[in-house]
Amino acid sequence: MSGVVAVIDYGMGNLHSVASALAHVGADEVLVTHDAELIRQADRVVFPGVGAIRDCMAEIRWLKCDQLLTDALVAQHKPVLAICVGMQALMSHSQENGGVACLDIVPGEVRYFGNPLVDADGERLKVPHMGWNEVRQVMDHPLWRGIPDMTRFYFVHSYYVDAVQRDLLAGAVQYGVSADAALARDNLFAVQFHPEKSHTAGLQLLRNFLEWNGQC
Amino acid sequence: MGLAKRIIPCLDVENGRVVKGVNFVDIRDAGDPVEIAIRYNEQGADEITFLDITASHEGRDTTVHTVEKIAEEVFIPLTVGGGIRTVEDIRTMLNAGADKVSINTAAIHNPELVRESAERFGSQCIVVAIDAKRVDDVDGSPRWEIFTHGGRKPTGIDAVGWAVRMAQLGAGEILLTSMDRDGTKNGFELGVTRAITDAVEIPVIASGGVGNLDHLVEGITIGGADAVLAASIFHFGEYTVPQAKAYMAERGIEVRL
Repeated sequence: MSGVVAVIDYGMGNLHSVASALAHVGADEVLVTHDAELIRQADRVVFPGVGAIRDCMAEIRWLKCDQLLTDALVAQHKPVLAICVGMQALMSHSQENGGVACLDIVPGEVRYFGNPLVDADGERLKVPHMGWNEVRQVMDHPLWRGIPDMTRFYFVHSYYVDAVQRDLLAGAVQYGVSADAALARDNLFAVQFHPEKSHTAGLQLLRNFLEWNGQC
Repeated sequence: MGLAKRIIPCLDVENGRVVKGVNFVDIRDAGDPVEIAIRYNEQGADEITFLDITASHEGRDTTVHTVEKIAEEVFIPLTVGGGIRTVEDIRTMLNAGADKVSINTAAIHNPELVRESAERFGSQCIVVAIDAKRVDDVDGSPRWEIFTHGGRKPTGIDAVGWAVRMAQLGAGEILLTSMDRDGTKNGFELGVTRAITDAVEIPVIASGGVGNLDHLVEGITIGGADAVLAASIFHFGEYTVPQAKAYMAERGIEVRL
């Protein structure tokens, strides 16, 4: 039983895909909401995000989603899945939009991929990092269950996460630099890629999230 | 190993029906875009592009409904293009479940739409479609110009310079269609593909003219494209997406198998 999954809606666009993917893999109930009471009562929380970090952070603070997130993570100890800009917002600081302070829930920096960006053979790489790339599973984790190592997930981002505590790294992706593709800490799992757009592997990860008790 | 080159089947849709015809074996309704999108998703397509060629306003409500239904069933990225003119049009399609929206003629009439929508929704969901036609200079050196109205109306705008400007305004990706090649099955116009991929930092999707699997390979190896889009070779069952990927992989192109 997944129970109720709250997808935190802070007004930054399309959360339809996340919600319908969760419903597709068997979530009992999915609420797309920023209502504090509904999020508090939910059994699991998804913290998504698209768009530019400055606008995201402004909305997150305006709607007091930072407090809701901290409550879910620490006080209530519920399973929380952060996706894409949601993951970036958890970090200390982002270089996007000339530098933006983030939630500092997970210490680390969100860095620009750089221009020019080149691979190991000196080939130029496009930014944004857009498409299907291989994720190296750095730690065993319930959310990787049934997903082979080096499976491709769908990414689309120009800035990448570089967490301070390297023992939190759950998955890494190589794109000119080694970027943090997934971080895990207690009841929090954060991914840079879009599981809701990553076909069978992404749906498996979401299914795993619905079954996860929040323990590593 | 690293980022895979993408293969993107394209559906041309009018009033909620796929118009160029799709010829899968054991498909119940060859005109239903939802059923066809599901089929490409199952085949392992990397994304799906949905090109709305509906003229009427009433028809566009059907399009929104179709996009909603596809988004409920297909869990790979979905791009919707055709008839996108305003920020409100973009919002409607994103809310319906599109991941990216492709802007074509409207960007020519109003380039600020690209900046405004990229700022509002993020560059990752703004694709600028460029329809280019070869118009060589008097000295014979190659040049490509943007044409509208299905390749009939010249704009005088240089395609390569335009791509650079669109990237500067915040486009996240370029969908480049050669109007000389579209529908010919003679392969991509590789000159303009290479010129644009070299000129911009954002990914480029090559489109127009695919007739066989070598064309897909050339789009990437010679044209330098990050993704290749095709319609008819997949629709009529000449090739499946897995066949195309296997063929490309054999030739050293990294694909998602």
